[in-house]
Amino acid sequence: MQFFIEVTLSGLLSGLMYSLVALGFVLIYKASGVFNFAQGAMVYFAALAVVGLMERGLPMWAAIIGAFAVMILVALATERFVLRKLVNQPAITLFMATIGLTFFLEGLGPLLFGSEVRPIDLGIVDEPIQSVLDSVGIGLSRFDLFASGMVVALVAVLALFFQKTKVGRALRAVADDHQAALSLGIPLQHIWAVVWGVAGFVALVAGLLWGARNGVQFALTMTALKALPVLILGGFTSIPGAIVGGLIIGASEKLAEIYIPPMMQEAFGGNFGGIEGWFPYVFALLFLLVRPEGLFGERHIDRV
Amino acid sequence: MLYREAGQFKSSYIADSQIFPLRQDRIGFWTLLMVAFLAVPWLASEYWFSAILIPFLVFALAALGLNILTGYAGQLSLGSAAFMAVGAYAAYNFQLRIEGIPILATLVLAGGCAALVGVLFGLPSLRIKGFYLAVATLAAQFFVVWALTKFGWFSNDSSSGVISVPRFDLFGLAINTPVRKYLFVLAIVCVMALLAKNLVRSSTGRAWMAVRDMDVAAEVIGIPLMRTKLSAFAVSSFFCGVAGALYAFCYLGSVEPDGFSLDLSFRILFMIIIGGVGSILGAFLGSAFILLLPILLDNLLPPLAALLHLPFTNATVSHIQMMVFGALIIFFLVVEPHGLARLWQIAKEKLRLWPFPH
Repeated sequence: MQFFIEVTLSGLLSGLMYSLVALGFVLIYKASGVFNFAQGAMVYFAALAVVGLMERGLPMWAAIIGAFAVMILVALATERFVLRKLVNQPAITLFMATIGLTFFLEGLGPLLFGSEVRPIDLGIVDEPIQSVLDSVGIGLSRFDLFASGMVVALVAVLALFFQKTKVGRALRAVADDHQAALSLGIPLQHIWAVVWGVAGFVALVAGLLWGARNGVQFALTMTALKALPVLILGGFTSIPGAIVGGLIIGASEKLAEIYIPPMMQEAFGGNFGGIEGWFPYVFALLFLLVRPEGLFGERHIDRV
Repeated sequence: MLYREAGQFKSSYIADSQIFPLRQDRIGFWTLLMVAFLAVPWLASEYWFSAILIPFLVFALAALGLNILTGYAGQLSLGSAAFMAVGAYAAYNFQLRIEGIPILATLVLAGGCAALVGVLFGLPSLRIKGFYLAVATLAAQFFVVWALTKFGWFSNDSSSGVISVPRFDLFGLAINTPVRKYLFVLAIVCVMALLAKNLVRSSTGRAWMAVRDMDVAAEVIGIPLMRTKLSAFAVSSFFCGVAGALYAFCYLGSVEPDGFSLDLSFRILFMIIIGGVGSILGAFLGSAFILLLPILLDNLLPPLAALLHLPFTNATVSHIQMMVFGALIIFFLVVEPHGLARLWQIAKEKLRLWPFPH
């Protein structure tokens, strides 16, 4: 039982890290209807920018601010050279354009900042908290806890930004109805640049946390692939959906990895580890068959 | 002046519905085929066969498959490499386990297996569409590669799922030299391209296009959605499966499941975006472009860097390659969403009027 709780907890906490990446997807999808496949590449790019700037002698805080500036540049360039040119194109075209953007960023990042695997040291060690281990007997990683705290803080900041500021209000208006927002005089192109900038910021936080855990390397781009089932489960348009979806995917993935391979081994013989690559997808897919719009997504009504 | 339809009258329905209505196009096409079948085997070197021509044909066939699904039926798929993998492994197993099975039967059966898997993973398309479906096809991508690695039976219990293709022959003629492999692949690709071309001109193809343009409207005018979508998945996966089998049998000779990664799926997707979504010719143009571009960059970049006195490594080449790929995708989507095939069409229209402006 204790083992079960420990696995579930660690799954939930790492699920929050998936939510972090999924959050970036949701922001952009809500504001511009673009399914941004490049979010994973942006995570990698942001993390590279931080370590790259630190290698050039900047202290960490300055490197993080510098990386944020770089991500804003990326957002501006994306709006100017990709989104603006593709206004009114089918959504699937924009999706494919973001695949192009993914490749571009994955090439540009290492070119500018170097491609070796490098660590980011946030000053928090990835080890169980001793007091919890002693009192309840459950290993709870300090780093996971810190990362979850960051995610919660980030969501709170984003919620404040969306609810309380003028730009946030404009963002919500655009997300609700492009046409109506335009007719009220909200400049769509600025809003897109802002929202890609915000997504860049989310990618930066994700890049720092994932980079601190696994090192800054090309595998960071895979975080996008981890976030996709989360999105399907939670619905593309919902921030709470991204969080809840992340928790569910994280926990179920870890539990499945522990309990399913031994069962399969009993049935077929042989080693069946590593199911976490596809399990979240199949899980989300089965869920979709029951509820095509996800947990919190909006029901889509087609007009002919 | 030379290229126009003046004086070419059609006097039968058959003449009216042929693939190339213009005599000049027909002449050009047959010449191209003659060159491909007769001249190229004499002229090309071994390197050309095994590094350029065979992969070009194999990828064109896979792109053709994806184009049927994405370009004609409008269902975006990111799992084409998985269906290729199914084809490759199925072909391997048929050759291994059934004594004396002819290679053509193997290919058809391998395509059939891929089609079955395609239909299975196409089932969600009945409930979901767009991005949700694209993500769902990723499930196929990851699951198939995992299953082929972990279930030893598929690869006859070889370590990490690597299969080495046995020797095979066609009507007693061993397909073992690059030239023979090339001709074998070329013949199959020609037949299947003809099949695809006629399929998309038939009522099936028109149903696919109706579903692509708006599925609700298509349903209203009486097109059965389920049959149409699943047939698109089946036919597309069949093509990808045969392409996968040829990829293993004629191009690489030995493959592992990880070779059919998401990257390969993306490459095939890029081929149809650059070549032309919803065009048979586009699959070939895109395949040639995606295959030749890295070779071009490999040869072009180092002298260029030397000229500008820049530091240069192999990693830099691959990074610049990725950037160029990404930028080209965006460029084509922005400037010419119908790809190289559309450019070719525009050129032909201009040529018809030449030397007059309109």
